Amino acid sequence: MSKSFVSVEGLARKYPQKEGELVVFEDVNIGIEKGEFVCIIGHSGCGKSTILNVLAGLDSPSAGAVIMDGREVSGPSLDRGVVFQNYSLLPWLTALQNVSFGVRARFPQWSKQQVNDHSKKFLEMVGLGHSLEKKPSQLSGGMRQRVSIARAFATSPKLLLLDEPFGALDALTRGVIQDELIKIWGETHQTVFMITHDVDEAILLADRILLMTNGPHARVAESVTINLPRPRQRASVVKDPGYYKIRNYLVNFLVERSGELAGSGGEESGSFKTLEVDPTQLADTGETNNSMVEMPDLVASH
Amino acid sequence: MQSLNLRAALTSLVFLVVLLGLWEAFNQPPEASGELSEFELLMGGADQEARVPPPSQVLGHAWDELSNPFYDAGPNDKGIGIQLAYSLYRVLTGYFLAALIAIPLGFVIGMSPLMYKALNPFIQVLRPISPLAWMPLALFIIKDSEQSAIFVIFICSIWPMLINTAFGVANVRKDWIKVAQTHELGALKTAFQVILPAAAPTILTGMRISIGIAWLVIVAAEMLVGGTGIGYYVWNEWNNLDLNSVIFSILMIGVVGMLLDLALGAVAKLVQYEE
Repeated sequence: MSKSFVSVEGLARKYPQKEGELVVFEDVNIGIEKGEFVCIIGHSGCGKSTILNVLAGLDSPSAGAVIMDGREVSGPSLDRGVVFQNYSLLPWLTALQNVSFGVRARFPQWSKQQVNDHSKKFLEMVGLGHSLEKKPSQLSGGMRQRVSIARAFATSPKLLLLDEPFGALDALTRGVIQDELIKIWGETHQTVFMITHDVDEAILLADRILLMTNGPHARVAESVTINLPRPRQRASVVKDPGYYKIRNYLVNFLVERSGELAGSGGEESGSFKTLEVDPTQLADTGETNNSMVEMPDLVASH
Repeated sequence: MQSLNLRAALTSLVFLVVLLGLWEAFNQPPEASGELSEFELLMGGADQEARVPPPSQVLGHAWDELSNPFYDAGPNDKGIGIQLAYSLYRVLTGYFLAALIAIPLGFVIGMSPLMYKALNPFIQVLRPISPLAWMPLALFIIKDSEQSAIFVIFICSIWPMLINTAFGVANVRKDWIKVAQTHELGALKTAFQVILPAAAPTILTGMRISIGIAWLVIVAAEMLVGGTGIGYYVWNEWNNLDLNSVIFSILMIGVVGMLLDLALGAVAKLVQYEE
């Protein structure tokens, strides 16, 4: 069996309690290929953020390990860039300085000029060429998140981790930045692992969507391949015949099966298999199709 | 109406005029009535009661002093500039020595919960001690009044800086620490590039409180150690019964204290950031 570029093996997070232990998630096995864009969706409390933090090296699991590029992840590293929901920009630095902060850490041998040019290039990519000298407090939420994304891409990490990067943004801004993310990802082809609560966002961006069951005892139940053609655009992707098939499948999972599957098969730990699904290949049952179209916001508001 | 600043300035001016006017009006020497007796002449005129000199006299005296601030006519007669320079030298020396120790130590305490808990009892006991209470011990150990004064300044200005630094460092947002971690910054780089700028406004607040306290304490300390300095000057002029000089030097203490605070305020503005 060939190893994936990033492979999460038997990851679990448990908290000891008075009686027994609280298992947030267990048996989480994920493989991410190089250049792949993977989204993970699940209800709050299933441990998505913990998984991402473990991938980042900021947290350690109770069991299991993360192997990236043949090495175990054992701490934070520049090989894995992180974009947090709350931007995490340093407020005393300008937009440009925030990005060059990352670039300088990544390429310490570069000259000042090189660092500056490289940082500027990425800020221009996210449309912030005119706000280089502004401090984060002078930027809107969307612009701050763009700086944060520029910083992450500019350090060209082997794996980019996005923790609900657009969660705090309004829908319009989110759409614009999603487009920018697609554009910048199209140019760099980073490997991306992203948490989101937004089904449409996941379909728009991802090559594959991982679905988690509800916690406790959460698992990655299914891995859904999104084979919509690229480059995708927000306006046109919804017209693809496969789009609603995928969307309904995902919404159905979140509304019904994420709860039904929760905690099942807990006894035979280590034997859990993630189901691989391609919804466009599924037979049209008709039932899911029509019933789910009307409830698009159930997921966004978890 | 004009801007608030202008109105405030005008109101201040009115208060000043009223205050000086009242002071002037109530402190006029009584008019000399007829011929002076020999005794009255010996006592310097008809004015038998001790009076606070009126502002006109004080201002006249201030003008004389300020027009030649650096004259030196012996140990008991030096210009106000020289006296203030001595005081400032002591304050700044003690203050920067304190900063040199308080800020790194505050860093350690802020970053290490163990050190925080271990050192906290010492800080809590030492902090409320009046700085002048150290003076006898300082004189005995250091055997030099000049350096003892500096030590007193050192010991009084160390606490606000130490406590504020520790607090600022301990409360740096975890997100920013995470940024440092994910960028693989070493301990030193994290301290200088993330924690220091993040905690700088809090540290500067401590430094500002400290310089204020140091300037308060130097007057008392110099009254005790004598020789030079603005505190000594005030006490010396009291011994000379020269109330013009006493009032003038009180005003100068206020002005210099304000300038010190303004200077620290300006530095604080440089490191201030908005979240």
